[in-house]
Amino acid sequence: MAKVLMKGNEAIGEAAIRAGCLNYFAYPITPQSEVAEYLSKRMPEAGGVFLQGESEVAVGYMIFGAAGAGARVFTTSSSPGVSLMSEAISYIAGAQCPAVFVNIIRGGPGLGGILPSQADYFQATKGGGHGDYRLLVMAPASVQEAVEMVMKAFPLAEKYRNPVMILGDGLIGQMMEPVEFPDGLRSEPTNKDDWATNGMDSRNSDKQNLVKSLFLDPKALNDNNLALKAKYDRMKIEEVRYEPYNLDSPYQALIVSYGTMSRVCRTVIDNLKSEGIEVAMIRPQTLFPFPEKAIHDAADVDGCKIVFSIEMSMGQMVEDVERCIKGKRPVEWYGKCGGDVPTPEEIMEIIKERL
Amino acid sequence: MGKIFTKPEALSDNHTHYCPGCTHGVIHRLVAEAIDELGIKGRTVGIAPVGCAVLAYNYFTFDFQEAAHGRAPAMATGIKRVRPDLIVFTYQGDGDLASIGMGEIIHAANRGEKFTTIFVNNAVYGMTGGQMAPTTMPNQRTTTSPLGRNVEDTGMPIKMAELLSALQTPGYITRQTVIKPKYIVKAKKAIKQAFTYQVERRCFSLVEVVSTCPTNWGMTPLDAIDWAENTLLPYYPLGEYKTPE
Repeated sequence: MAKVLMKGNEAIGEAAIRAGCLNYFAYPITPQSEVAEYLSKRMPEAGGVFLQGESEVAVGYMIFGAAGAGARVFTTSSSPGVSLMSEAISYIAGAQCPAVFVNIIRGGPGLGGILPSQADYFQATKGGGHGDYRLLVMAPASVQEAVEMVMKAFPLAEKYRNPVMILGDGLIGQMMEPVEFPDGLRSEPTNKDDWATNGMDSRNSDKQNLVKSLFLDPKALNDNNLALKAKYDRMKIEEVRYEPYNLDSPYQALIVSYGTMSRVCRTVIDNLKSEGIEVAMIRPQTLFPFPEKAIHDAADVDGCKIVFSIEMSMGQMVEDVERCIKGKRPVEWYGKCGGDVPTPEEIMEIIKERL
Repeated sequence: MGKIFTKPEALSDNHTHYCPGCTHGVIHRLVAEAIDELGIKGRTVGIAPVGCAVLAYNYFTFDFQEAAHGRAPAMATGIKRVRPDLIVFTYQGDGDLASIGMGEIIHAANRGEKFTTIFVNNAVYGMTGGQMAPTTMPNQRTTTSPLGRNVEDTGMPIKMAELLSALQTPGYITRQTVIKPKYIVKAKKAIKQAFTYQVERRCFSLVEVVSTCPTNWGMTPLDAIDWAENTLLPYYPLGEYKTPE
């Protein structure tokens, strides 16, 4: 298929349809409202369901209901909206339903701002809602990668019967880039007769299916949490994705950075190289599961003196980076969280100062 | 001799956990009878609430989802939009529907979502231990209004059937009760009618059922029936509030 020039938000909406997801519920919020605007026209054309809910709270449960009934379904939102959906996300994870959530992060806390941010890292990777659950979190660094991650998210959500989150930032949603929608990433929804409330007649069964997260018996609840943990442990083995950059050079410093921020860091690395300073980068494409071993091993090589976690937050991912490195190298954070993306110049200055 | 009384197929053999004198059991049975008579068990999905009926799925024999407090109408919307062929109902109490879930029920009703809501109003939070509800009567004592509900501070009880009937879209809104056999017959008819409208894909339907909670009212089951009839019914008049054209 030929490349087309598309805005990130619209490409995300189109990607879901191309992936085989024809059900979308959403509530408008800047900077991702274009997804809903695009799909309000496109979903009916494709024979799908579009509904603007009355709040993100309600939308979260529309997703839960639809996913519980066995449908492929997704929503998009931005930070304050995702906070409101987090109640439902906890229930969906507890009841083990597949669904896809896209968070085009804006600045926070509170109303924050409408410019790009990565300050929802903790919310996405450590919980957000209550209880012991995890999301499979993917972080695109371009519109093309956002498209591919959205398309891959649906089969992954079904493989694990768990919500998947695409964690973008305002820039990924708002910028226009050339994209193509790989036909190979289209997938058929899996058979859900074993558990979904799709109606007993639909599956020729007289056995009731229940979609629930209440387990009053302590052993039953512990067993459910163990089953969830087993899935998250399996994700750590099978789903870690990252991109190395300049890792075969004799680098003195390692950067860990993701999403839009990692694009700036590539420029930093290229510029420093021309000045004779070698720096490498690990760009996590999955934030949960986190590329723990790759980061540890890259930091552990001789010659690497320091590790930087560069992120558009006040120091969230840096805690995971420190966890991976186990004290073997100093780890420093650098970032901004007001909506300005740090420039190559200021990052280069920080790195040179420390080396 | 023919069989003249039997348990509906849509009800399971499990014993309910409901207190003596509680009317949830009667309402469950009426829902099950309607589902049997319409022959829709194999394509019905119930939504259990948070509240005393959270375990309702143990007492029915068809598919069920379990909602968070107040969110059942949003879940029903999600199911019904992606599977319009399924018959979907929410079963909600007064704390669930009239307090924390007020937004969800109003908007689902106003969109004319083609599912059915069974709204059980017993004027108190049951499962959490008898706290004040939006439908608690003036001066009614609860565990969070120990001196009686002071309407100067908390407002007057909300009449949900009337409130929802003020919207133009919803098709069928009715208030019934099951505290005496004469009322049960009418309530059964209303519940079956509500499901029938859904089977015909006509409209949103809601049956409010004035119910009893002897445990949290601090009454015997018989006194609870008298109190419901003499105190609740004058404030919550029975009848059809809206019928589709």
